[in-house]
Amino acid sequence: MMTTTSAREEATVSVTGTRTAPVRPARPRRPDRRRAASSLPYLLVAPAVLALGLALGYPLVRQVLLSFQEFGLAQQFGQPPEWVGLANYEQLFTDAYLWRVTLRTIVFCLVNAAATMVLGVGLALVMRAMSTPVRLLAQTGLLLAWAMPVVASLTVWQWLFDTQYGVINYLLTALGGDFEGHGWLLRPLSFYFVATVVVVWMSVPFVAFTVYAALMQVPDELVEAAEIDGAGRAQRLRHVIVPSIRPVLMVVGLLQVIWDLRVFAQIYILQKAGGSATDTNLLGTYIYRLGIGGGDFGTSAAVAIFMLALTVVLTAPYVWSMIRQERTEA
Amino acid sequence: MSRSTTRPARVGANLVGVVTFVVAAFPVYWMVNSSFLDRNEIRNPVPTWVPFGGDLDNFRTVFETDQFVNALRTSLMVTGLTIVVALAFAFVAAVAVSRFRFKGRMSFIVTLLVIQMIPVEGLFISQYKMLETMELLNTVLGLTIVYVAGVLPFTIWTLRGFVAGVPYELEEAAMMDGCTRMQAFLRITFPLLAPGLVATGVFGFIQAWNEFTLALVVMTREDQRTLPLWLSTFTDVNSGTDWGGIMAGSTLIAVPVIIFFLVVQGRMVSGLTAGAVKG
Repeated sequence: MMTTTSAREEATVSVTGTRTAPVRPARPRRPDRRRAASSLPYLLVAPAVLALGLALGYPLVRQVLLSFQEFGLAQQFGQPPEWVGLANYEQLFTDAYLWRVTLRTIVFCLVNAAATMVLGVGLALVMRAMSTPVRLLAQTGLLLAWAMPVVASLTVWQWLFDTQYGVINYLLTALGGDFEGHGWLLRPLSFYFVATVVVVWMSVPFVAFTVYAALMQVPDELVEAAEIDGAGRAQRLRHVIVPSIRPVLMVVGLLQVIWDLRVFAQIYILQKAGGSATDTNLLGTYIYRLGIGGGDFGTSAAVAIFMLALTVVLTAPYVWSMIRQERTEA
Repeated sequence: MSRSTTRPARVGANLVGVVTFVVAAFPVYWMVNSSFLDRNEIRNPVPTWVPFGGDLDNFRTVFETDQFVNALRTSLMVTGLTIVVALAFAFVAAVAVSRFRFKGRMSFIVTLLVIQMIPVEGLFISQYKMLETMELLNTVLGLTIVYVAGVLPFTIWTLRGFVAGVPYELEEAAMMDGCTRMQAFLRITFPLLAPGLVATGVFGFIQAWNEFTLALVVMTREDQRTLPLWLSTFTDVNSGTDWGGIMAGSTLIAVPVIIFFLVVQGRMVSGLTAGAVKG
């Protein structure tokens, strides 16, 4: 049976936001118990610690400080930043726009994660019933979609949804719809629809493959026994199959939530292609536009801290269970 | 489970399978297809489904633009540097974590885990400020610094599994045969780790090569763009987007990634020490 452990190892997230393919290293053995009196292990981890400290640790500290400062255009031109206490946060939390962006971010994230999970798990279940050549065909398609670089996917989908020459408008018109010259990115809801299509298209393969692998580990005897006991298809699914793969489902679902919280590239590129930024900003693009676009580093640092806090809240259960597992292994 | 699959169920499932293939693969096909089409075919209201009579003009145009060649050079430098540095740092750290017990080991592992949850968007403002202070904005070195940190946790995490997968008994045996500890490690364990290093290196490549957000933040000058940035500005032009050119560019960026991706997919699963320890 596929244990939670291996699923988790497969589904490691990366900070660059790329959806990484599953890696299944050989099952790690318990670390050697030999006590190292020397400083050798510390020397060995030093480069990594220094690199992480420089590129992530230091900016994090600086960002917290920045969020308590007035740091706008004047400071960009050399004026020393002014300490303003909680003013940035106060300004933000009383700003209706931030709440709108936050709400959008959460709704977008949940809708995308849910759609990805439903389609991915559904596909994994249906894959079992396919004949082998068809299953290989479907898996090849999924693998291609999975391997596509984010930016390349975005340009292709923009081209598919193109107002004038896009295939999607052509097909919908051919099917009798009134889609000639339809601009998909103009209205926010339609903009998010396109973004969702792209995000779901690139995320489903990971879910489908991982869940399918988990399904293959469900012992046949278990399912057969249930069948002999008179359980129907739906009952077998609900009482035997789903409980067996629950840990995998949980991890994969949580990863989708984490990944769909950070969809900067997708939103940013579609905005540039014609969406109205104000009406379609999610937290990531909002931070970017406030700080690097608008030069208001103090406020954008405060929003960034808020986003980090949101991530912590959403991922705490996952991190906890990982730590607990790490402890029991060590 | 397939035994209990009825005929209609199988037909239905196969139908879903074919639809899945079409929906998943069509955009990739369309990218490649459009990259061979000329302006008139692209701008024809009726799509050209198969590129009969297509040519390589779009690719030629892409290679003739300075921006592409520039971006290619920047991307190659950043990606290469990131892989080398990240692999070196991650490798020694992975050895420390899986071969030694030391104080702070657990905190180190937990930190790696937590870091992987951090969204780039949550930190890029102050990373930008830091690189600005260090005068490293718009430099390969600056982007590499943030990329290495982005790739490191995942790389250490994965390599740790590979190192732990090589039985320590192998090293012990070598030491009994007269090797020093260092020799045993270099001659026995290191060669067995080669596939792991290749695989994690490829993952590092895919990530750095595809990365968009941090590149956008760090490389603000046009002449320092990486390939994904170059591709994203391609569509910016308001008057008549050159879709053929964009698709040629996308194809050029995607093909190495897709090839590498397929390679790693297979290799990562195969047993690492298969044959090293019999029985």
